[in-house]
Amino acid sequence: MKYMLMFISDDSSWDPSKPEIQEAYTRIGQWFGEHTKSGKITGGEELKGTNTATTVRQRNGKITVTDGPFSESKESIGGYALVDVKDLDEAIAIAKTWPTLSAIEIRPLVEH
Amino acid sequence: MQDALVAALEHWPRDGIPENPGAWLMTTARRKGIDRLRREARYRDKLAQLEEQPLAQSPAGGDERLELIFACCHPALPRESQIALTLRSVVGLTTAEIARAFVTPEATIAQRLVRAKRKIAEAGIPMRVPEADELPDRLTEILAVLYLMFNEGYVASAAPERRDLAEDARWLARLVMRLMPDEPEAIGLLALMTLQLARADARFSADGRLVLLEDQDRGLWDARGLAEGVALLERAGRMRRAGPYQVQAAIAACHAEARSWGETDWTQIVMLYEGLVRMTGSSVVRLNRAIALSHVAGAERALAEVDALSDELDRYHLYHATRGVLLRQLGRPDEARDADRRALSLTENPAERALLTERIGA
Repeated sequence: MKYMLMFISDDSSWDPSKPEIQEAYTRIGQWFGEHTKSGKITGGEELKGTNTATTVRQRNGKITVTDGPFSESKESIGGYALVDVKDLDEAIAIAKTWPTLSAIEIRPLVEH
Repeated sequence: MQDALVAALEHWPRDGIPENPGAWLMTTARRKGIDRLRREARYRDKLAQLEEQPLAQSPAGGDERLELIFACCHPALPRESQIALTLRSVVGLTTAEIARAFVTPEATIAQRLVRAKRKIAEAGIPMRVPEADELPDRLTEILAVLYLMFNEGYVASAAPERRDLAEDARWLARLVMRLMPDEPEAIGLLALMTLQLARADARFSADGRLVLLEDQDRGLWDARGLAEGVALLERAGRMRRAGPYQVQAAIAACHAEARSWGETDWTQIVMLYEGLVRMTGSSVVRLNRAIALSHVAGAERALAEVDALSDELDRYHLYHATRGVLLRQLGRPDEARDADRRALSLTENPAERALLTERIGA
């Protein structure tokens, strides 16, 4: 089954100039390398911060465009990985190896 | 894979005989309305048969029932669905029976089951026994589900449907123990349930009122059940991997072995609670330790320990009920009554409410 792992973090604390964040990038790179080599990761990207986000919303037939992410919470999706694995347990196992502290939402992809 | 699981969830209750003797027993026993003693005799009989039966092998080589239990108790499902699904698919209760046991509308349970099955199918929850590295966490999840199910039946009331729920939980714990014989905590949980159920007849008076341990007629305790519970606990203990269920069973065994309330070995019980606090860090366990401590070191020291838990347990009725008991012992009846009133406002359980009302009126 195919799943999307969404990495959720507080991007106000994600400062790439800090040495510990540099170090986290190294480990994230290794993480992607490892799981891509085993064929389990089929795609994934890091997203820019929520200050760059724009939300297009349709409500009562009217479309509005607003600045900011879809939900005004402290935490947001900072990146994602697409995995192709046997079942949810395997997706959870991969999520558990994610090198930095954050929540990860796992959602199966609709397969057409 | 997931289709197979959903199919298993559908078929197990229907075709579960004789591989699922608990279901057969529980439903037929209830339908025919046979009395409790006969039911127990048949229960033991079916358990004996269960011991002799060869296990069903799944295509992957494991036991299908164990895989089913792991799937039903998957952490990706909400707790109440785990319980309903396990009762439906492993024990074989009908939706109506589950609804009665939980005093919940049947439509709510039905919807819970539908949602759970949909999540299993769509999210890809597998039917398999977890690998060694994830097994401890997943087993803990199963045991938590079973203990919650047990408490729902055991603590709640004298109503027979509820007691059956506790029996069902024990049947499941026995099944888990048999399927995973090297897990001392699974045995510990079964020991704990067995010890508690052996005292069940003394817990309610003829008119359905809750009787506290202190006032129970110990002659009503089931000596055979208590001995079985102690033997299970010893078996778990020999594996030398202690855990919270084993310690709770040991505390229950301490009570079981005291011939009267006055002969209770409180020093040992306090020590066991110390261990349990270290393992779980739970405030509720601290509260229980404080109660045990009151019998060794007096009500004043115990009350100081209890009061220190006010932030965490202010919404917990037994926190206030415990304060009530200790304040009364210290000759502070007005404060005791206030504490009991607060406890009363926080519990829906009729037996507990009756007891608290009586105390407030006294």
